[in-house]
Amino acid sequence: MDLTLIVVVVVVTALAFDFTNGFHDTANAMATSIATGALRPKVAVIIAGILNLVGAFLSVEVAKTISSGLVNDALISPVVIFAGLVGAILWNLVTWLFGMPSSSSHALFGGLIGATIVAAGTSAVNFGAVMTKIVLPAVISPLLAGVVALVATYLAYRITTRADDGTTKRGFKAGQIVSASMVALAHGTNDAQKTMGIITLTLITAGVLAPNSGPPFWVILTSGLAIALGTYAGGWRIIQTLGKRVSEIQTPQGFAAETSAATVILTSSHLGFALSTTQVATGAIFGAGSGRRLASVQWGVAGQMVIAWALTLPSAAVVGAAAAWLASTGTVGTVIVVIVLVAAAAGIYAASRRRPVTAHNVNDVPAPVPATAAA
Amino acid sequence: MSIAWGSLLVVCVVSLAIGVAVVALAAFALVGISARVSVPAGGPDDGAKTLSPAAGTAIAGICLLAVALIVGYGLWIIIA
Repeated sequence: MDLTLIVVVVVVTALAFDFTNGFHDTANAMATSIATGALRPKVAVIIAGILNLVGAFLSVEVAKTISSGLVNDALISPVVIFAGLVGAILWNLVTWLFGMPSSSSHALFGGLIGATIVAAGTSAVNFGAVMTKIVLPAVISPLLAGVVALVATYLAYRITTRADDGTTKRGFKAGQIVSASMVALAHGTNDAQKTMGIITLTLITAGVLAPNSGPPFWVILTSGLAIALGTYAGGWRIIQTLGKRVSEIQTPQGFAAETSAATVILTSSHLGFALSTTQVATGAIFGAGSGRRLASVQWGVAGQMVIAWALTLPSAAVVGAAAAWLASTGTVGTVIVVIVLVAAAAGIYAASRRRPVTAHNVNDVPAPVPATAAA
Repeated sequence: MSIAWGSLLVVCVVSLAIGVAVVALAAFALVGISARVSVPAGGPDDGAKTLSPAAGTAIAGICLLAVALIVGYGLWIIIA
């Protein structure tokens, strides 16, 4: 296949993935702020979008490897990257349709692993790195964030027992805006970099850029804009799940959840552990729900999320492998993959319109019935 | 397969300490600010011992300053 064409296809697909990453992860920062009314839905996504764009410009320390050592980088070709992106985009869209928060990074790694296996065999995959960089963080991050949020929420209620109710609500609402903004900024810095790295590596492999080059300005700008636009689009279905279906979140819980998520993300990043923003934010919301009253949490929703997280890597890998197999046959194969991707995306969007969730009805969910009351 | 269990433990301990500290400091600040609000006569808290407005404001100021320092350090980590 013509190198220029596959480079263009990879760049466009990477930006499409960046867009899905943005709207898939809006909920991480803004779900509880929207649920508690600290921010109006449209204002929340505008703030999150702007901070994601700002975050994209804060650092140009692009990861030297897009695979984080999960697969042999020397075997990554534009076709493998393209196939990996296809697997990640489809998984992001399917989980969005069902309102399930799942890690975009894990989906991308899954797609790359599947595509690499087709291109170079299983020996090209570092399964030890899969364990330490995906499986272990997937177990630890939600638990850690959950415990931090649980303790913080419990203390927030205990300390403010005798405080003025109106002052407490207004104070925690103001705090939520700051803590949610921190999560959004950190997200923009981390996740927009991922797409910049993919596009930059593709341009290097195509000979457009010299080896070890940093991302050109247009790559930083388009990656930042794509994730910001995706964030602004809202991902309302996932916002509704995290903000309303997990528990009836109050302002102290929202503040505790977002503060805990921001703390865990920043601490782990600072000390060299890349945890999934989605899993941290989700764990924090469950922890905050439990901190007020254990029975007020919908544990059935937690079970669905755990299943989605467990399926992320293998599902994206299967799609990535199929896409790599088809794309490796040549131009026709690549065009077929693109057509299937666009058709699947259109079909998922059409299916979502049967029960649209928008900024206007994102909070219109019946209050969860506590287990004790339901019994 | 090597896992830096020591660093992982540090992540857990530091996250727990800072996350809980920020929320607790904010809660104490709100308790301090609440001292500026007069307790309604005949209400459930009428007659309860509360902070003086000046002491409440001082506590709130100190707590919010500490929170601001922690948030500022967090921003520095993001940018640096």
